[in-house]
Amino acid sequence: MSTALQNLVNQPYRHGFVTDIAADVAPKGLSEDTIRLISAKKNEPQWLLDFRLEAYRHWLKMEEPTWPNVRYPKIDFQAISYYSAPKPKSKLASIDEVDPELLRTFEKLGVPMNERAALAGVAVDVIFDSVSVATTYKEKLAEVGIVFCSISEAVQKHPDLVRKYLGTVVPSGDNYYAALNSAVFTDGSFCFIPRGVKCPMDLSTYFRINTQDSGQFERTLIIAEEDASVSYLEGCTAPKFDTNQLHAAVVELIALDRADIKYSTVQNWYAGDEHGIGGIYNFVTKRGLCKGSASRISWTQVETGSAITWKYPSCVLLGENSVGEFYSVALTNNYQQADTGTKMVHIGPGTRSTIISKGISAGHSNNSYRGLVRIGAKALGARNYSQCDSMLIGDKCGANTFPYIQVQNAGATVEHEASTSKIGEDQLFYFAQRGIGTEEAVSMIINGFCKAVFQQLPMEFAVEATKLLGLKLEGSVG
Amino acid sequence: MIRPDSPTILAVRGLHATVNGIEILKGIDFTVRLGEVHAIMGPNGSGKSTFAKVLAGHPSYVVTRGEVTYDGQNLLGRKPEERARAGVFLAFQYPVEIPGVANSQFLRLAYNSVQAERGKDELDPLEFDDFVRAKMKLLEMNPDFLDRSVNEGFSGGEKKRNEILQMALLEPRLAILDETDSGLDIDALRVVAGGVNQLSKEDNAMVLVTHYQRLLNYIVPDYVHVMDGGRVVKTGGKELALELETRGYDWIGNENPASAAASA
Repeated sequence: MSTALQNLVNQPYRHGFVTDIAADVAPKGLSEDTIRLISAKKNEPQWLLDFRLEAYRHWLKMEEPTWPNVRYPKIDFQAISYYSAPKPKSKLASIDEVDPELLRTFEKLGVPMNERAALAGVAVDVIFDSVSVATTYKEKLAEVGIVFCSISEAVQKHPDLVRKYLGTVVPSGDNYYAALNSAVFTDGSFCFIPRGVKCPMDLSTYFRINTQDSGQFERTLIIAEEDASVSYLEGCTAPKFDTNQLHAAVVELIALDRADIKYSTVQNWYAGDEHGIGGIYNFVTKRGLCKGSASRISWTQVETGSAITWKYPSCVLLGENSVGEFYSVALTNNYQQADTGTKMVHIGPGTRSTIISKGISAGHSNNSYRGLVRIGAKALGARNYSQCDSMLIGDKCGANTFPYIQVQNAGATVEHEASTSKIGEDQLFYFAQRGIGTEEAVSMIINGFCKAVFQQLPMEFAVEATKLLGLKLEGSVG
Repeated sequence: MIRPDSPTILAVRGLHATVNGIEILKGIDFTVRLGEVHAIMGPNGSGKSTFAKVLAGHPSYVVTRGEVTYDGQNLLGRKPEERARAGVFLAFQYPVEIPGVANSQFLRLAYNSVQAERGKDELDPLEFDDFVRAKMKLLEMNPDFLDRSVNEGFSGGEKKRNEILQMALLEPRLAILDETDSGLDIDALRVVAGGVNQLSKEDNAMVLVTHYQRLLNYIVPDYVHVMDGGRVVKTGGKELALELETRGYDWIGNENPASAAASA
């Protein structure tokens, strides 16, 4: 790989700083006592404690998965602190009362939430380590009956809703990390859009892992009732640490008849340094259930961070004529490893799904697409279209595609296309010979490559995603 | 047209270059004046394409000895994009495909980068669209080309036309055409050659690298150079190309290469 290219892909991480806020941290280690402590701290009802304990007992019997195409040292789950909350000085009534240190952190991240929220009309449910410290626009949303708050608050204020839906899409024993999350989740977002309501603004959450060695276990639950629609944005950055941090979130989406949920993620967690030291382990279970007929769930993700990404935002298409979509850009550099993709499970008749996946590998990184398309016996006339493209930058990185296709009825249509391309010296020389420098050339090629996915992002996010990829791949040339 | 009095645009002296440690160019002397058309011929592996790429600054090639001045200034220290902006243009033998990047976007960026260097106004997408369509007519190109990705799925002839279109847009002072005739049918050859002839002016110069004399039926060179073994071994007028057509390259080796090189 030419030096120009090397400089280009080796931009240092710009969000590496630690906020100095007194944290209320649980002792390290995991046991039933830890779970009882978390549950008690959060003043939870008995059913939720039971849910957690059941998940924990399940988890104890499970094995850490080894099938993903990623390599990492064994995680010591007893060395992790499972609860960490910034100590609030008092109850927060408005954004002015938020710890200024915290606000400065968000500014460094380029997310001045007060201005951003006001200017862009985005309600931001800020997650700082494990507890929500401020929720904006709640009142305005409440006027139309939308509930948008932290899941802890929802447990207190809307326990019936949480109890009705929690764990219905991702059961507590679904997989190793989902079980762990179900046992120890500390906070996350809750969003409920009642029947017939189109959410008037994009809902947005910024996640940030702050305390060193504190595992972060978020739980997000979004429900759209009949004819409701919502667009949800999740953005992630984490400060720089030398020890690896585990992140095992669970996101559940439920769409009833004709409901529409669009979930967009731009993930930029610390990926480790150029030697592969440090970085976040991101083991996430995201799944949406198209429960009602003609419902639609759309996942769009731009993954640029984390040392290891293990993530398959999926759709279970139960309702007749329901639609699942997955649009993904996954960029890996240095020693990052990503094994990501989706599952589209067609159960109802006339269900349709689209998968567009773009993997970009640079440095010594390894980028795998893993996708399952399953068409059940009753999914008559189901259709799927998948397109998986990989791009290699340099010659020390890897790209893999693992498509799994299972079709149980003859009336279904499944299409799969895949391609691999490379940004090579000859392409860059071609640009250069026409007067276009390396940085601009790479940015043009990458943006062209990702266009089909960026088009799916909300406007503001698309701009951010383009900038982020630029940041990751541009720099001092030559 | 031979112009002994016009300024020298390119002067190459004793140029040696290697790729992967293997020496390909072994002492090239070569001079081009504004307004001239030069043809470089020679058997496969004689170093013609390497010479073209070295002039454009391809990073795989290392210049080990010799000097190249362009417009009186050292060319070798400059990055490929700086050479391009200064007016050195290479029409590629095998233009690369760039999926996902629209040809119109690519062409406009290239055009504007050269315009900026010349202190001229850059064009916005609408202005550029009018401008580029006019140039495309010259090459009998379908405007659909603009919406397609750069060279992706283009036929050999379409790729070559796209190269000449870029040359027409960028108005280089020194254009090097590397085997532009290869892979062209007779109609495409006529169109491409017609474009080149229209673009050849008093204030620019053309270097045609070609394996066959066929192209020279359409573009008449002022000088024909024969390369062999990494050197220019013979230089003559346009009639040399015809002689090569009938006699092949073998006879040249029997003559004195040193005197041929010196006359360049």
